[in-house]
Amino acid sequence: MTDHDHDHSRTFQPDHAEPTSEGARIGLALRELLIGGGHYTAEEEQAVIAAMQEASPADGGRIVARAWLDPAYKERLLENGAAAIRELGYELEPYEFTVMENDDSTHNVIVCTLCSCYPRALLGMSPAWYKSASYRARVVREPRSVLAEFGVELSDDIDVRVHDSTAELRYMVLPQRPAGTEGWPEERLASLITRDSLIGTQRVLRVE
Amino acid sequence: MKGAGFKVGQRVRIADRTPPVHHRVPSYVKGHVGSIERVCGLHGEPEKFIRGDGKPERRIYRVRIPQNELWRDYEGTDRDRLEIEIFEHWLELAE
Repeated sequence: MTDHDHDHSRTFQPDHAEPTSEGARIGLALRELLIGGGHYTAEEEQAVIAAMQEASPADGGRIVARAWLDPAYKERLLENGAAAIRELGYELEPYEFTVMENDDSTHNVIVCTLCSCYPRALLGMSPAWYKSASYRARVVREPRSVLAEFGVELSDDIDVRVHDSTAELRYMVLPQRPAGTEGWPEERLASLITRDSLIGTQRVLRVE
Repeated sequence: MKGAGFKVGQRVRIADRTPPVHHRVPSYVKGHVGSIERVCGLHGEPEKFIRGDGKPERRIYRVRIPQNELWRDYEGTDRDRLEIEIFEHWLELAE
């Protein structure tokens, strides 16, 4: 490591906690049994974790940019999200994938009230607030107030659709293409798209 | 979709029951009426998930419920709505 320009007093991380809860101990024991019993290997487990950690909102951004530029692709994406996303080389099995489009009169936002279902295979790890009891309970009960806290102020002529991801479907919002991006190539458009705009807690994408 | 018991647009009531096993229907929608937004695929019934064989498979529907039907004193407009996935064995036709 040659470039060493960070300040260690600011980058301190607490040590990874040892499992103390009953649930964590059961999880560890189960993992040992599964690996010891030959159901899968530790290497396979690491590969799955690595693939999840490689996924990022940039992948979602690529899909959105393609949909903005190619109306036929957008139609396929809204009709059957998983198949259209697979066209671009992403594998999302076993879940069904549903893409919800924002327009001038509609705003979509995603939540999982039962736990924290999130399109991890496509967008990577979810933000901590997405898993919080507060977001999960409130965004279904008072979505406009929660969205306002994220800076999304919606007038009454914009309808709110809350999508509760409770079972085998995963969701992504297709945000609106911002003005001032006419003629932009796909890669530049993709760079505008943020994680929160794919969840629906951001509505207007910033054009620098 | 072939073999699906409900069609898009039909009004359905979500069962109000709480089996003592893992299930994927949150309390706040139990007993409420909505309409079928789309017909989805077949997936293993969560209540039988512990069997580990993904059986039996049940149809999933997306159900659309007006927010002001779900919540008294809802803060938004009467066009705001919730959309949620519900397994077929939790739905019945509502008149």
